[in-house]
Amino acid sequence: MDYAGVVGLEILYMIAFLVLTSAGLAVVFGMMRVINLAHGEFVMLGGYATIACSRAGIDIYLAMLVIAPLVVGVVGLIVERTIIRFLYGRMIDTMLATWGLSLLLIGLVTLIFGNTAVSVPAPIPGYRLGDYQMGGYNLFIILVAAALIVAMWGVLKFTRAGLIARGAMQGPDVVASLGYDPRKVYMITFTVGAGLSGLAGGVLAPLTGLLPSSGGAYIAKAFITVITGGAAVISGTLASAVIFGTVNQIVSFAAHPVIGELAMLALAIILLRLMPSGITGRFFRDST
Amino acid sequence: MTAWQSVGRMRWGWFLLASAALVLLPLVVETNTPTLLLIWALFALSLGLMWGYAGLLSFGHSAYFGLGAYAYAISVVNIGESTVPLLLAMLVPAIVAAVIGAMMFYGRISDVYMGVITLVVTLILFKFMSATAGDAYAIGAARLGGFNGIPGFQTLNVPGRPEISLFGLPTYYICAASLLSCYLLCRWILARSFGRVLLGVRENEARCELMGYNVPACKTVIFTVSAAMAGLAGCLFANWAEIVTPRVFSLGQAAEVLIWVIVGGLGTLIGPILGAIVLGYVKILLGSQTVIDNSLILGILLIVVVLAIPRGVVPALQRVWTARGRWARRRREPHGSGDRRRLGAAP
Repeated sequence: MDYAGVVGLEILYMIAFLVLTSAGLAVVFGMMRVINLAHGEFVMLGGYATIACSRAGIDIYLAMLVIAPLVVGVVGLIVERTIIRFLYGRMIDTMLATWGLSLLLIGLVTLIFGNTAVSVPAPIPGYRLGDYQMGGYNLFIILVAAALIVAMWGVLKFTRAGLIARGAMQGPDVVASLGYDPRKVYMITFTVGAGLSGLAGGVLAPLTGLLPSSGGAYIAKAFITVITGGAAVISGTLASAVIFGTVNQIVSFAAHPVIGELAMLALAIILLRLMPSGITGRFFRDST
Repeated sequence: MTAWQSVGRMRWGWFLLASAALVLLPLVVETNTPTLLLIWALFALSLGLMWGYAGLLSFGHSAYFGLGAYAYAISVVNIGESTVPLLLAMLVPAIVAAVIGAMMFYGRISDVYMGVITLVVTLILFKFMSATAGDAYAIGAARLGGFNGIPGFQTLNVPGRPEISLFGLPTYYICAASLLSCYLLCRWILARSFGRVLLGVRENEARCELMGYNVPACKTVIFTVSAAMAGLAGCLFANWAEIVTPRVFSLGQAAEVLIWVIVGGLGTLIGPILGAIVLGYVKILLGSQTVIDNSLILGILLIVVVLAIPRGVVPALQRVWTARGRWARRRREPHGSGDRRRLGAAP
């Protein structure tokens, strides 16, 4: 019974992890059809911002929930203005340029922080579940991910900005003809997406520890979650996060964590082959 | 420049000159670094063939490079003679690419999803090979060795004579010969009607399909050829380094070859080769200093090239050159949009 609880919590944690790390990418991809290969580095920057702030004596929750998204959001804004906006409509070029950006950010962070691992202790102590010692911080991550999904859904569904955003997603021309500059919408979207990546990085920083190259650990999973999810930002990300998180953890418990990751990646290839426009391209077509 | 012209002619004069330079180079400089640069050039050529001419971008081409290296190392440890392993190093990547390519192209997957799938394949190989430490993971007598890789296998030998192994100068000449013959192979492919069809696929896939060409088959074939070439490069790399580690599959390796090809030039064969040699040399120079991080420079370079010269340096120079010639001859011709970049066009 306890064991089932442990497995269940680990599955939930993995789903939350996937939702958090792919939310920023999903917003940018869903709205702008831009694949940001520097996404992992945005997450990594959020982590570094959190750790730097908490070392400077700032409360860690403030650092991860407010400062990290703001810092990375500003970075995203700069990137959009200097690089991305010249490449709209050129998908492969955008992927290449953002790959360059990812190398650039790795290089910069290495220059500033050095190529050594940094970490910050988790602010929530562990607890016991029957015979098993569990990390209390994992529960916090599950909560944050759930709150994030609800908040995104609420903003998209009930606010004017969300209405414009959904409009820009479905028909940029129509939105433009109604007087909203799509370029402005794109700029804000990219900034918000970067901010979400920063949030993910900040929240995950106490768990994982950080290297300048840690972004690579996130990008693959975020990438397959978003692409497999398809165009609908929330339902797509949630659906593929649930599938991949469950498969990953069950196989990990049954065999080996590495096999779990491999199973997830292999499943991604199969799903993409079966549903080239993603899960929401085939099911839940009318969702957001 | 129409698609037809962009195939380029075989310039035998330049080719012989380059061959002579490669033959004579060891008289001037020590061959260790040039050998590595030639291997990288071959790797870049393999990607340049499918990306520049067929418009197929493999984000994880290092998968086939690494498979070649591993196939060679594993089989040479088991067999002890290098002829069959050398062939396997091309065959294994080719088979894997044929399977993955057929899966993607017959499934009509768009270029972005192709990028994702090729990238994921590389990641799977990287993760798997990194996790194979311990005795449980062995193929025959070869232990995969996890992150430390497979060290100390036998290098290439004279076919049929395992006791005469080749290293140093002979390795250099093998690499040079491989590069030159693969270049000729590419030229031959592009000069055939198959090569013309590839260009057609790059320019307008639907039109090619309607004309009755089997587009998925063409794509699969060129992907397979390219993977075999990358496998050969990987095999030579294994011989040069005398160790194979999972780093051959890493994202860094995959990014580097992309950068060489796009900086050198899409739609040319010499562009990727020169790109790999020049940037590879720059990387080696940067590697010997620690002030500026290597990836910082590569990143800036990639961004600048994509923004400023999206078709690469060599085609840009060619265009300047032909434009000058035209101007000198006072010949004007109506200029369509034929030479505008097609690969990045909106889906």
